[in-house]
Amino acid sequence: MQFSGRRKKLIGSSQNDLYDHCPQFYGQPPLENISLIEFETFAVERLKLLKAVENLGVSYVKNSEQYTRKLNAEFSRLNFPLRTELDDRRVQGGPSEYEKRRKDHISHFILRLAYCQTEDLRRWFIQQEMDLFRYRFGCLSSKHKTDFLHKNNLKYEMVSVEEKKNLRDKLINSSYGLSGITVEEYDFYKVPFQDALDLVRSRKVYLLAGIAYIPHQEIVTIVLNDYRTRLSKALAMTARSLPAVQSDERLQPILNHLSHAYVGQDYSIQKNIGKISLEQIDPLSGKSFPLCMRHLHKALRENHHLRHGGRMQYGLFLKGVGLTLEQALQFWRSEFIKGKVDADKFDKAYAYSIRHMFGKEGKRTDYTPYSCMKVILSNPPSQGDYHGCPFRHNDPELLKQKLQSYKISPIGINQILELVKGMHYQLACQKYFELTHSIEDAGFSLNHPNQYFMESQKLLGGGRDIKKEVEMSQRGQENVSNNSPNMPQPPQANSKPTHDEMGDLDSFFQDE
Amino acid sequence: MPISDYDPACLPDLLPLYYRKLFPFPQYYRWLSYGGVSKNYFQNREFSFTLKDDIYVRYQSFSTQNELEKEMQKTVPYKIDIGAVYSHRPSQHNTVKSGTFQALEKELVFDIDMTDYDDVRRCCSAADICSKCWTLMTIAIRILDRALREDFGFQHLLWVYSGRRGVHCWVCDDAARKLSVAARSAVAEYLSLVKGGEETVRKVVLSDPIHPFISHSLTVMERYFPQYAIVGQDILGSTESVDKVLSLLPEDIRKELTSFNQNEKNPIKRWERICALVDRKKSSSKKGGQYFDKEIMLQYCYPRLDVNVSKGVNHLLKSPFSVHPKTGRISVPIDLKELDTFDPFEVPTISLICEELEKPRADEGEEDEMKKENEQDAGERRRIRDYKRTSLAKYVKVLDRFLEAMARSRKGEMLRKSDHQKEF
Repeated sequence: MQFSGRRKKLIGSSQNDLYDHCPQFYGQPPLENISLIEFETFAVERLKLLKAVENLGVSYVKNSEQYTRKLNAEFSRLNFPLRTELDDRRVQGGPSEYEKRRKDHISHFILRLAYCQTEDLRRWFIQQEMDLFRYRFGCLSSKHKTDFLHKNNLKYEMVSVEEKKNLRDKLINSSYGLSGITVEEYDFYKVPFQDALDLVRSRKVYLLAGIAYIPHQEIVTIVLNDYRTRLSKALAMTARSLPAVQSDERLQPILNHLSHAYVGQDYSIQKNIGKISLEQIDPLSGKSFPLCMRHLHKALRENHHLRHGGRMQYGLFLKGVGLTLEQALQFWRSEFIKGKVDADKFDKAYAYSIRHMFGKEGKRTDYTPYSCMKVILSNPPSQGDYHGCPFRHNDPELLKQKLQSYKISPIGINQILELVKGMHYQLACQKYFELTHSIEDAGFSLNHPNQYFMESQKLLGGGRDIKKEVEMSQRGQENVSNNSPNMPQPPQANSKPTHDEMGDLDSFFQDE
Repeated sequence: MPISDYDPACLPDLLPLYYRKLFPFPQYYRWLSYGGVSKNYFQNREFSFTLKDDIYVRYQSFSTQNELEKEMQKTVPYKIDIGAVYSHRPSQHNTVKSGTFQALEKELVFDIDMTDYDDVRRCCSAADICSKCWTLMTIAIRILDRALREDFGFQHLLWVYSGRRGVHCWVCDDAARKLSVAARSAVAEYLSLVKGGEETVRKVVLSDPIHPFISHSLTVMERYFPQYAIVGQDILGSTESVDKVLSLLPEDIRKELTSFNQNEKNPIKRWERICALVDRKKSSSKKGGQYFDKEIMLQYCYPRLDVNVSKGVNHLLKSPFSVHPKTGRISVPIDLKELDTFDPFEVPTISLICEELEKPRADEGEEDEMKKENEQDAGERRRIRDYKRTSLAKYVKVLDRFLEAMARSRKGEMLRKSDHQKEF
């Protein structure tokens, strides 16, 4: 892929062949020049699409009516291709199908660069891309499915009507759930047994002379396995060529940002500044803090100390919650002094880093409160650390005990542990939110600890009146929003932020 | 098992003679070269030798047939194993950059060992075999040979007697040699029906629909079962063995049989009763698909393979024509056309064939052979004449026929390819 300039240059209709099906295996990298803006935009939008695929896949049964409806909405909203026909009709002035497919193609390859570097990233990327592919392939008609397979060198022939008649009984007896009628109706594909190992191994298909006779619906499994293998290999290769790409200074920051991407609000602009008093932090930690911050707060109170990772994660969170610099200094100082640190040492060593967080010392690149992605993926905690994401980094037994001590119901705990097992850490936290706030559906898609806090405060009736517990649960029910679950809610400021004061800080943070 | 003339103590004297005069090197080399289609196929093949005093050496490889001969005659291995074809010469594997020395291809192999049937055979146990339980091997070969050919499309299968208590199958097709680990294990699992170890009582469970593979296997089974199991093994004779069979049946049938068996002592009638009861239960039950009688047959007779032997591309397996040190028997190919009359106790021992070497023997068609031999070198000629004078001859012929079939296949493939290329 060439990144030689900012010029946009479209290659003509020879690309049409590449894009004549909506799903694709992404075998060939795109060969055109694109602008950096398009580079970043395409990538971010695909990331949003993949996250939607992940969320919907866990929240709803795949291919259920709700799943389909919501996923289709995401496709439209983000302008990704879904329709089967390639034509140049424009819908309401939006991009044409061709343009959508081009974006699909390019954005996939960009994300490969961002997601090839670690096992975790690869696994996530492959999983979502497979689900995406499965969905799109499923939308194709029978004929288009066969066309697609042939075009992609999966030269699986269809079994002729004649042959099906001859093999009728054998076919019926080879697969559970096939009857005479279904054998007649369904398409069967002839697949070399080496490409259908799982089905052969468990004797779920008819095998003759080394050819497996695969019914229509099983063909997806085979195609998916093939896709996963290809993508896995491709990512390994991409990882090897990555140093060359990373040496291009324009791309490195974009790619780094993508792989830790949090594609929503960054809570760097503080609303509600000074609205939280220090006395409120203790009760708030139990009610409105996400589990990670609740733990950090507890550890701080118990040990009168937190290590650097914990200070950063919790300190920036508190800043996002609305603590002023003065409040923060007071908060940390009073706690540390109770421990082994005396006032002098605090002022010398720790105060500096807190001022740093608030942009008062030197210039550092990252002042924004950490998103869930960042907490989960970077800087795993070691012995003596309390930062990180409890759903990701805690031993499940320990997590279970902690949840029990917070009086979460056993059913709820099991639900959380199931999500943890499936590596859906943010969804587990969302479930924790739902259980602690006694609501069915959080109504938002959790991506950021400060988002958790804001949503909780919204539910509980605002930052000031946390004493009105009774009304809260009722209001909580009413407030379950019917917004799209994928959009993080914009923070609702209860009072106008004092922009003038914070003016320079705002611009400071825009850089991120 | 009577081991007539053979005495393991004689091995050190017999082996050198065997490797000098009897081991069929030309055929062996021809086999493992596979027509020379792939470069260095023979040279990159791993052999392992077990020498006197159980010294085991791996990563042996040879450039030519001659080199192989000389080495074997020099070191006189007690056991020879064949491994995979590697990316480099195995004997030089230490000089290769770490990670790049890899097993690339190998025949798909199966190892059926009589010890794995100890829970269902009454005549023998452990390393012993007799003509009664040998039928199990016959059944195994029939079922697996059919499946590998008809279901998987393999054509070149070499079945070999292991020399003591089992058989091996070498699937030599191109496609088979190129199979991945996953594919090999998938084939082995497809062929497996008996599952479970000591703790499992009911090792075969069938449910609807009955896959065609199982139906075919049952057809073979039904041919042998009555004579083998009911008569030969007498599984419905003594109380102890009847109880074992009953433990595989549901409670209600078991009760009925226990009372029936009190009056009926004829095992064949007892078996018929079991089948009738199962049948009745099946037709009266709404659930359907109850195959207890078939499960019993399969548990007592169906081939038990070790998936681990078949899975690994780099797995080493005993070589055909090697000697079994404990029995002295030569690991000979089995002619499937005469499978039902194959008798492991008739397989020549090394002492027998060395003895036969001493005696001059009349050979059929010796004159034709003389003409052919004129075209080969003197040493080889002598050796060819040598093994032909012994009982080993007919087994080498089996290998010859096998090699011919592979050669014809290769030729056919090449013609197809060139025809294809000529089409524009």
